[in-house]
Amino acid sequence: MKDHATLAEEFIKDDARTNWHDETLWFVRQKRDKAAHGLPEWEQLREWASQIKNHTLSNMESYLEEFEKNALDNGVKVHWAADATEHNQIIHDIIKSKGITRIVKSKSMLTEECHLNHYLEEQGVEVVDTDLGERIVQFRHEPPSHIVLPAIHLKKQDVSDTFHEHLHTEKGNNDPTYLTRAARVHLREKFIASQLAITGVNFAIAETGGVVVCTNEGNADMGTHAADVHIACMGFEKLIPKASHLSVFLRLLARSATGQPITTYSSHFHKPRAGQEMHIVIVDNGRSDILGKADFRNALKCIRCAACFNTCPVYRRSGGFSYHTAVAGPIGSILNPNFDPKKYADLPFASSLCGSCSNVCPVKIDIHDQLWKWRQELSKGGHLPLSKKIMMKGMAFVLGRPALYRFGGASARWVLRHMPFLVKFKVNPWYKQREMPEAPKQSFRDWYIQNKKK
Amino acid sequence: MSSRDKIFTAIRKNKPESVPYTEPDLSLVINYPDLMSQFSTVLTAIGGSCKEVASATEAKQFIDSIDKGAFVIDTTGVYPSDLTHLSPASLAAVDTAIIRGGVAVAENGSIWVTEENMVNRLLPFIAQQLILVIHEKDLVSTMHQAYERISVNETGFGVFIAGPSKTADIEQSLVIGAHGPCGMMAVVIRN
Repeated sequence: MKDHATLAEEFIKDDARTNWHDETLWFVRQKRDKAAHGLPEWEQLREWASQIKNHTLSNMESYLEEFEKNALDNGVKVHWAADATEHNQIIHDIIKSKGITRIVKSKSMLTEECHLNHYLEEQGVEVVDTDLGERIVQFRHEPPSHIVLPAIHLKKQDVSDTFHEHLHTEKGNNDPTYLTRAARVHLREKFIASQLAITGVNFAIAETGGVVVCTNEGNADMGTHAADVHIACMGFEKLIPKASHLSVFLRLLARSATGQPITTYSSHFHKPRAGQEMHIVIVDNGRSDILGKADFRNALKCIRCAACFNTCPVYRRSGGFSYHTAVAGPIGSILNPNFDPKKYADLPFASSLCGSCSNVCPVKIDIHDQLWKWRQELSKGGHLPLSKKIMMKGMAFVLGRPALYRFGGASARWVLRHMPFLVKFKVNPWYKQREMPEAPKQSFRDWYIQNKKK
Repeated sequence: MSSRDKIFTAIRKNKPESVPYTEPDLSLVINYPDLMSQFSTVLTAIGGSCKEVASATEAKQFIDSIDKGAFVIDTTGVYPSDLTHLSPASLAAVDTAIIRGGVAVAENGSIWVTEENMVNRLLPFIAQQLILVIHEKDLVSTMHQAYERISVNETGFGVFIAGPSKTADIEQSLVIGAHGPCGMMAVVIRN
C-alpha cells in the first residue's frame, strides 16, 4: 500500500502536467471567489448553512423519522443500509428482482465509497456512469480523481485517445466539443435503453420526504426519467429540515464548487412518476460513529462542493489519486481516518495546515483544525510510520534543548554557505523539486538580541 | 435487530445535545432593483438567452417566427394526448420543447418547472432546444423568495432549470449541450 507522499511523487514527475493541474484548480478557486464576492451576504449564508447542518446532526433521528414517513407517504420505498456491503446488496436485489442487466448511474460519491460498480459488475450487471467525466475515467478503469471534476487529472489528448479506443472517434482529434458530442450520442443511446437509473442525493428534505439532485449535464434526469426504476442513494447526513433551507444550500453549492450561480439542473424528486418505482437507500457506513466524536463530527456537514480541494496547495500539486480513496482532498483527509485509521494514517499529514480549506468551506467545517487533531489522534493510536516517529522524537529532543537547537541552526547555515553540496543533492528529500534557501548571516535570535536595545 | 434499528440506536447514542439554528433573515439578503435586467444578464452569461415580449399573443407570434426544427412539442398549447406515455426513444427525436415555467430567479437565471408544466418528465431534458415561457411578475431576487413562492412537493417532480445542459469535464473547456438541450431560451411576458 503506497502512501500519499509516494503516490504524489509519481504524479509530480511530469512538471508541465503538475503545473497545469495546479493552475487549473486555482482558476476554479478564483471563479469561486468571484461568485462569493458577488453576494454581500456570503458570510451570513455560510453561517446559516453551518447552523442548519449542526442543528440537523444534533436532531438526526427525529429528522430521519420524519423523512422516512414522508417518503413512504409519497410512494417511495425506503431502505436502510448499515454498511457498504448491505448498500450494494440492497441495490443488487432490486436489480435482480426486475431481471435487469444494464443500468445507468449519475454521479454519487457514496456509491464510489461503497465500490458499487465493482460489486455489480461481479454480479454480471453492466453499469454505465453517465457524468461525462465519470464515463471517461470508467473507460480508463480509473476512479474519479476529484469529486466534482472526476477527470481533472487528464488532458484532452488523453480523452481523445480513450474515446478513439472506445467510441471510435477520429484519432488525434482533441477538440473538446467534438469529443463531448461523441459522448452525447453514445450516452443518449444508453439513457434510452436503460431500465434502471441510480443517482446520488445532494439534499434530502425531512418535511417533504423528497430528495434533490444537482447536475449541469442533465444526466441524472435523463437517466431517471427514462428508466422504470429510480434508486437514490444517500448517507444520512444529507438531510436538511425544511425545503426553504434549500435556498441557503443551493446558493452556496455551485458558487463554492465551480463559481456558477447555480447548477443547470436542481431536480426535486418527491414521487415516482406514474408506472415508475422509486427507492431511497439510506446508508450509515461509519457515519453514526463519526457523529459520536466531538472533535470530528462536524465533517458530516460536508455538502461535497470540493472548494477545499481546489484551494489546497497540496491537492493541487499531488492530484486526487495520491489520496488513495474515493473522497480525496482536505475533507477526505479528515473523513477517511474515521473509517480506517491505519490505512489512512498518511492523509492528515498531506497538508501544510495553511487553513485555506476552512476559509472557503461553505458550511464552516474546521478542516485544518481537524487535520491537526487527527495527527495527534493517529500518533496516540500508534498509526504513525517509524520514520515519522523517529523524526518527531528527534525534533522534540532538539526543540527541548535551546543550546542544541542554536548549534543546529548555526551548523545548517554554515553548511549551506560553505558546503552546499552536502544538502543540494538528489537523495536529500528536502531538495527534490525545491530550491534551498540562501543562508541568512545570523539567526533571528541573534538579530533580536543585537537590535532590541536600539 | 434490523439495520434501521441499528442505525437509529447508534445515532441516538452518539448524537450531540440539540443545538438551535436561526432561520435565514431575508432583510440581510441581496435585492436586485431591476429584476428583469439581472435575470436576463445572468441567463445569457450561463449560456441561455432571454426574450422579453409585451403579451401572451406576442410571445406566441415570436415563438412561431423562430426556427424550431421539425418535431416540436408545445405543452403550453396543443400537444400529443399520449405525451405522458411517449417512449424515451421517440422523445429523443424532439427538436424543440416549449414549456410554461413558474417562478424565475434573478440571481442565477433559473426557472422553476413542475411535472404539471412539462407533462412528461423527460421532455425538458431530452429535447434539443428548450423554450420556457414565464411572466415578469414571477421574477424574484433570490432563491429565498423563490422557495417562499413554490411548494416543492406540489407535483411529484419539479426542477430549477438554469440555461442549457453543459459540461467542462474535458480539460475544463466549457461545452454547451452535454446530454440535454444545446440551447435554452426564456420568453418573458411583461404582463
